[in-house]
Amino acid sequence: MALKKKFDVVVVGSGPGGLGAAIAAKKAGAEDVLIIERDKELGGILLQCIHNGFGTEMFKEDLPGPKYAQRFVGEALSLGIETLLDAMVLDITPLRHIYATSKWSGFIEIDARAVVLAMGARERTRSQIRTPGTRPAGVYTAGTAQRFVNIEGFMPGKRFVILGSGDIGMIMARRLTLEGAKIERVLEIMPFLTGVTRNYVQCLRDFDIPLQLRHTVNRILGNKRVEAIESVQVDEQMKPIPGTEEIIPADTLLLSVGLIPENELSKKAGVGLDPITGGPYVNEEMETTVPGIFSAGNVVHIYDLVDWVTEAGYIAGKGAAKFALSERKHGLDSVKLKVGVNIHHIIPHMLSKESLRDIPQKLQVRVIKPIEGKVWIEVTDGKNLLARKLERYVRPGEMVTIEIPQKAYDMVKNAETLTVNIVKFG
Amino acid sequence: MTKYLRSKTENKNFDVIIIGAGIVGSMIARFLSRYKLDILLIEKEADVCMGTTAANTAIIHAGYDPLPGTLKAEMNILGNRMWNTVAGELNIPFERRGDYVVAIGKKELPHLDELFQRGVKNGVPGMMLISGDEVRKREPDINPDVSGALWAETGGITDPFAANFAACENAVMNGVTLLLETAFEAFVIDGKRIVGIKTNKGTFGTRWIVNAAGLYSDDVMHKAGIRPEFKITPRKGEYYVFDSADISVNNVLFPVPTVISKGIMVTTTVHGNTIIGPNAESIQDKEDTSVTEEGLTEVWRGAVKLVPKLNLRYAISLFAGLRAEGNARCKNQNVNYSHDYVIEIPAEIQGLVNLGGIESPGLASSPAIAQRIVGLLKDAGEKLEEKSDWNPIRPARPRFRDLSKEEQKILIHNDPEYGRIVCRCENVTEGEIVAEIHSPIPARTYDAIKRRTWLGTGRCQGAFDTPRVVGILSRELGLPPEQISKKGPGSEFLVGKTKKV
Repeated sequence: MALKKKFDVVVVGSGPGGLGAAIAAKKAGAEDVLIIERDKELGGILLQCIHNGFGTEMFKEDLPGPKYAQRFVGEALSLGIETLLDAMVLDITPLRHIYATSKWSGFIEIDARAVVLAMGARERTRSQIRTPGTRPAGVYTAGTAQRFVNIEGFMPGKRFVILGSGDIGMIMARRLTLEGAKIERVLEIMPFLTGVTRNYVQCLRDFDIPLQLRHTVNRILGNKRVEAIESVQVDEQMKPIPGTEEIIPADTLLLSVGLIPENELSKKAGVGLDPITGGPYVNEEMETTVPGIFSAGNVVHIYDLVDWVTEAGYIAGKGAAKFALSERKHGLDSVKLKVGVNIHHIIPHMLSKESLRDIPQKLQVRVIKPIEGKVWIEVTDGKNLLARKLERYVRPGEMVTIEIPQKAYDMVKNAETLTVNIVKFG
Repeated sequence: MTKYLRSKTENKNFDVIIIGAGIVGSMIARFLSRYKLDILLIEKEADVCMGTTAANTAIIHAGYDPLPGTLKAEMNILGNRMWNTVAGELNIPFERRGDYVVAIGKKELPHLDELFQRGVKNGVPGMMLISGDEVRKREPDINPDVSGALWAETGGITDPFAANFAACENAVMNGVTLLLETAFEAFVIDGKRIVGIKTNKGTFGTRWIVNAAGLYSDDVMHKAGIRPEFKITPRKGEYYVFDSADISVNNVLFPVPTVISKGIMVTTTVHGNTIIGPNAESIQDKEDTSVTEEGLTEVWRGAVKLVPKLNLRYAISLFAGLRAEGNARCKNQNVNYSHDYVIEIPAEIQGLVNLGGIESPGLASSPAIAQRIVGLLKDAGEKLEEKSDWNPIRPARPRFRDLSKEEQKILIHNDPEYGRIVCRCENVTEGEIVAEIHSPIPARTYDAIKRRTWLGTGRCQGAFDTPRVVGILSRELGLPPEQISKKGPGSEFLVGKTKKV
């Protein structure tokens, strides 16, 4: 069957964000919806995440990644969403003309009434964190190692040092241990855990894998294959402290040092990017600065819970369908969200003032510093408190949300910016 | 492949054996392949282009830097002139976009004049001293304190990997035998004449040996019993590579040089990446290409002095290379210089064509050096008879990312494997990878594919493509994935299967 040349909504990527967007777009009335996926199956990175922990919010169940994906894949296919697999999008124009290529379909050109960018994220590499030393085999990002182990069925090493206490790194520590490998150490340059606490408990502590905070890799040793990792303690400025070096024999270094939203296509499409998140500037519908181009999931900012990615996908998909069907009713009059005390970033960046007439608006917030103790998250317009929520603690590894209630509409209407702050309780 | 070649070559007598398949050895092989000679090129690593040629600034220098009267200056000038022809015949990416030596502040200005005068003496055409305003106009991101620049229109940039592979491939196309993972061990000497070499892969007889061993050229000389005082001191240079999507400096910018090196530069590459480096640190270990905190910091400081807007956030790769600095005195008695090139047929022993100390501008000089070797052999009485079927043209293979959308369409139509992108950052296709695996110098490792196709050099640094490339190599070579390596034996990616597949 030849692929159509024109679609209402085209979704780039079939991870949780992309699947959610396609489903929501279809349900919101978009007739022709297409997902373009570079892998041979739908599901994105979820397919290699065979550990549990998915669906606790969405389904109140604890599912492995592929199972979680399968529920949405099943729904997407039963809704009649079309798919183009094993295909790579090369280019998207600001007017939503899409160029893609595939071994099976050849060179493809498609026009989309609306686009949802759901390309996810890539992992930060050794060069980006400036790790000194040699360049041997045996240095992998945690995700690459995860693919080797869970998809290809091969072990990338026997004796590991893991740099970074991100979630994928901790999950891989457990996975590799179960496969008979030895995890010598998890090193974290920050004075706190960067992944979620649950993963620390279930993946490191339960397996007696030592975690060293304020430590990093000082040097990679070995010419052909990694032979050892030299670790070092760092000071408050994150500079190595001389004399604290330690040689740890290992054949593999796994990097779990953060994810970067994957936005090269977004740039080609002319989408404005936030230098803080690395993702597009978005409004409450997840629409980017280019009309008709939406985005969802890790491509916008990095989530720690897949359920929230799906939810973001739903929002973007619905917005895209509305755009495609010219059903938009909100004006462009927006209020800007501004980072306040101890806030790293807020999604969305902008809020259409009229949006509060329909539903309360949820903000996703990441903090800069951990505070172990009760805090308020509050939203103000400078004079009035629009929303306030009590949290038992805040940590950079765990995203927090706060909802602006509909009753705040009158205040939002007159505001130019809204500020989010973290304030000590009491 | 290696096995097949071994049975063909063992106990065989060659006319010429070249030690080392870097740019110099490969260029010599290519130039000599024109003549009716039985030539063997040996390389100790798993691929060609694994030493100095693999890690440098990729510049074809104009020739104003070397001291007038040195062999270095002569080779640089002659080599630079040859690059249009060589790059054309071998289909090597080459852009003669000119280069700048940039003076920051008034104090550095006199250096430009000195370089200009040197360039005039060396015979560099198309140089001009330009004002600070003019530099700011041509490179808006330059340090605003720029006071002037030396502009040399014959400066160029290339891809050293592509140059090395193309030269070597053309040599192989024209009958040169290439043996990889073959390390020189000793000479077989009969009286005052070299008659063969011993390697880890057996002994080969020959009438001529060419020492193109780069960092190890001193060892080779000493084993031949010549130049006992000659010593190669590896001089390390470290670099950063920036994402082409985020940082683009469109020019080749040198600082004013120091006594020991041409300084830390900011330059563009033929792939569109901006690179910064190198520093210069003399070391002992000829295999130590590690990057260091100190070195990277030095490079960073030097680079932001030229282009303040650089941002480390967009650095995607780090590497270090070793220059093969020699200590040979310039043959010209009037020139006080002790790091000149050695290019000679020494009188003390017969059958040796000796090279050494071919550091920067070695890449630029390489075609001239090869030409010079042809001349030296002729002078030594070698009757170099041209082959009637010598083909100087090395055809280019398609590079998907460099094609227009229309051309991409046709390429995929003709071979669907070019429709599958394996490297998402650099848009390298499965078709390109497969073509390299089955090329005249088969790519058998990950790095071999990386250096030929530019796969894995982008912002994700192979995180996405590595498992896929291991799979393709395994399939095409008929080897289990556990045997696929990054850069040869000992650098395998995988250690075994998981418990449950």
